[in-house]
Amino acid sequence: MSDLVMEKAAGEARPAAEQPTAGRRMAAYWPFVLPAVIVVGSVIVFPWVFTIWMSLHEWKIGGASSFVGLANYLRLTTDPRFGEAVVHTLVYTVLAVILPLVLGTLAALVFHARFPARGFLRGLFVMPMMATPVAIALVWTMMFHPELGVLNYLLSLVGIPPQLWVFHPVTVIPSLVLVETWQWTPLVMLILLGGLAAIPTEPYESALIDGAGRWQMFRYITLPMLAPFLMVAAIIRTIDALKSFDIIYAITQGGPGTASETINLYLYSVAFAYYDVGYGSAIAVVFFTLVVGLSVLLLYLRQRTKWTEAGAAI
Amino acid sequence: MFDSGLTRRSLLTGTLAAGSLGLAGIPLARAEPQWKKFSGSTLEVNLIKSPRGDILQKYEKEFTELTGIKVASEQIPEQQQRQKAVIELTSGKPSFDVVHLSYHVQKRQFEKAKWLADFSAFLKDASLTEATLTESDFSSAGLLYARNQQGEMRSLPFSVDYWIVYWNKELFAKKGLQYPETFDDMVRAAEALTDPKEGIYGFVARGLRNANVPVWTSFLLGHGVDPVDASGNLLTDGPEAIEAAKLYQRLLTKAAPPGVAGFNWSECQSAFLQGKIGMWLDGVGFAPPLEDPTKSRVVGKVGYGVMPRGPKTRASATFGDGIGVTEASQKKEAGYLYCQWAISKLMGGRLLQTGSGVPFRHSVLNDAEIRQGVKMPAAWVDAVAESAKISRLGLPVVIPVTEFRDIIGTGLTATLSGGDPAAEMRKATEQFKPVLERSERA
Repeated sequence: MSDLVMEKAAGEARPAAEQPTAGRRMAAYWPFVLPAVIVVGSVIVFPWVFTIWMSLHEWKIGGASSFVGLANYLRLTTDPRFGEAVVHTLVYTVLAVILPLVLGTLAALVFHARFPARGFLRGLFVMPMMATPVAIALVWTMMFHPELGVLNYLLSLVGIPPQLWVFHPVTVIPSLVLVETWQWTPLVMLILLGGLAAIPTEPYESALIDGAGRWQMFRYITLPMLAPFLMVAAIIRTIDALKSFDIIYAITQGGPGTASETINLYLYSVAFAYYDVGYGSAIAVVFFTLVVGLSVLLLYLRQRTKWTEAGAAI
Repeated sequence: MFDSGLTRRSLLTGTLAAGSLGLAGIPLARAEPQWKKFSGSTLEVNLIKSPRGDILQKYEKEFTELTGIKVASEQIPEQQQRQKAVIELTSGKPSFDVVHLSYHVQKRQFEKAKWLADFSAFLKDASLTEATLTESDFSSAGLLYARNQQGEMRSLPFSVDYWIVYWNKELFAKKGLQYPETFDDMVRAAEALTDPKEGIYGFVARGLRNANVPVWTSFLLGHGVDPVDASGNLLTDGPEAIEAAKLYQRLLTKAAPPGVAGFNWSECQSAFLQGKIGMWLDGVGFAPPLEDPTKSRVVGKVGYGVMPRGPKTRASATFGDGIGVTEASQKKEAGYLYCQWAISKLMGGRLLQTGSGVPFRHSVLNDAEIRQGVKMPAAWVDAVAESAKISRLGLPVVIPVTEFRDIIGTGLTATLSGGDPAAEMRKATEQFKPVLERSERA
């Protein structure tokens, strides 16, 4: 506030002839703004406007295009495969967010404690995150094999009958979530470790004096104070899980049948296997809206979990 | 690597032309093509990543020695290569002159868009075409693929894939079974061989959506029916189609290993390599690892059977690759020389001998010297030759082949989880009808 007053006073002190006009000010601003406008316009705005334009056309690569208005969007409402893909996407996303959050929280609590070789074990734990998704997918595909895979062998050691994993419509999504969880739980852990390190020790000391148990301290101190970090992890995981493609495509290609086909995979098939660019664009627009909608919702929830100056989450 | 003792020089520059003079319809005094006519030019070649692509790349220097034409080739995995080719060809200015195409997926699309140059005039031009290269030298499937409705050749048939039955002779012998002659025999043998307690299953084939459709068309062709008739009518929910789906369901649910619904060819091959599968229905091109002792437990135990007879006929579902020059290319003649070299007797021989593929040309398949150098067992070569006689296109010649495979394939996979074959085929047909209509309208 005081800076503003000083700036204003300095301006008043200048002679009237030196005052820049609004037009000159704009002219001075544009050279700085223009590069960003060009980059954002060509890299973000233009592709989106073009995608929306394509979604209003019936256009197959190799053929002519014709304006069809909202016909592609109406087609979505009667396309059972799209409906199934939406359900698969939501189920996959919910599972692929909740499991890493729960396991990541547990892992963060474990690795926050001090014990020998903690640094080494932390390093080991985050290694899946560094691996290439397609390489991971190929390894897991072998592990999932009902006859030759190691997972069924491990189950047999504890007397559990062999499972079909990604080779059966009912178990395919949970199995894929297992891979996603294995890879991304370390990311959640890293975010939450940062959160745990930021929590002051005084509330715990007070709680101990008041006779609180471990669970009570976790429930009423750690969890609320970790909430903003959990929300950050949830947002990152949600966006990642929604747009997950590589692992699913490399392991199942959306199968068996269409049992693991998410919107992303369906969109890929429509646009790049069927070359139906118009309809594919309509799916892309709807998918984008879904991602943005969920992200806005999570950002709103994050705002609500922010700490107040008093130290409590609201 | 080329075991027969044939050499590039003896075949390409001499023997090929001389040895072919007796072929019907070829003028005896036909001159050698002017291989060096386009010396100094450079061709951009876009290939599908495959053993066929490997062979072409491996020997492309020989083409440069022969013609003086430099080759800049790239191999791209199949799905991505198709996307790249279609997108670039649509742009009107593709970055390549020569393109490798999958006929069973792209034939109609390429023909309708006229993306490839017409070879009809080149084939008649003695200064461009060696005497051995005649249409009659190609198998009927090759000609069906390469010729368009107007009879023009806009590509040259490169490699064919016939579907055969790989069978484990040891497992059959243990049960005292013979190789099946009919579909019914096949079912009986598959079920007799199956013993889940021992981890032995009588039959395996692709269950994965899209990839599984040729399995079903193999059965459908045995009923004497194609998935789409000559007038473009879908026959995918007719009584024969439903019977074929029932057979598919029965074999893959009662005699196949668990999880087959997610099996593509690689999982089927892995299972067969372990020696616990009685029969595996797939393309001839997947044979080489079966006879490789470092990969296989069934070396020397594999039988290569021609597709058993269906209720109406005996048919081997056929798929194939071609090679052509883009209409937009400024180097059409040079590109044509490359295509001709790619399908020459020398290159075809190499393809066959290494098991990398099967040429469409009779003169290669029937050449005793080439056959002697084939690394695969004689039964494999016999199966190839016999399958050529009963060859039928394995997929319909329509533009939306991928949608066809996806939609029908989804229905077939659903039968493996207990879906009713008739209901699934009707549902899939209803779903595919508008797609086909839209594509024809466009």
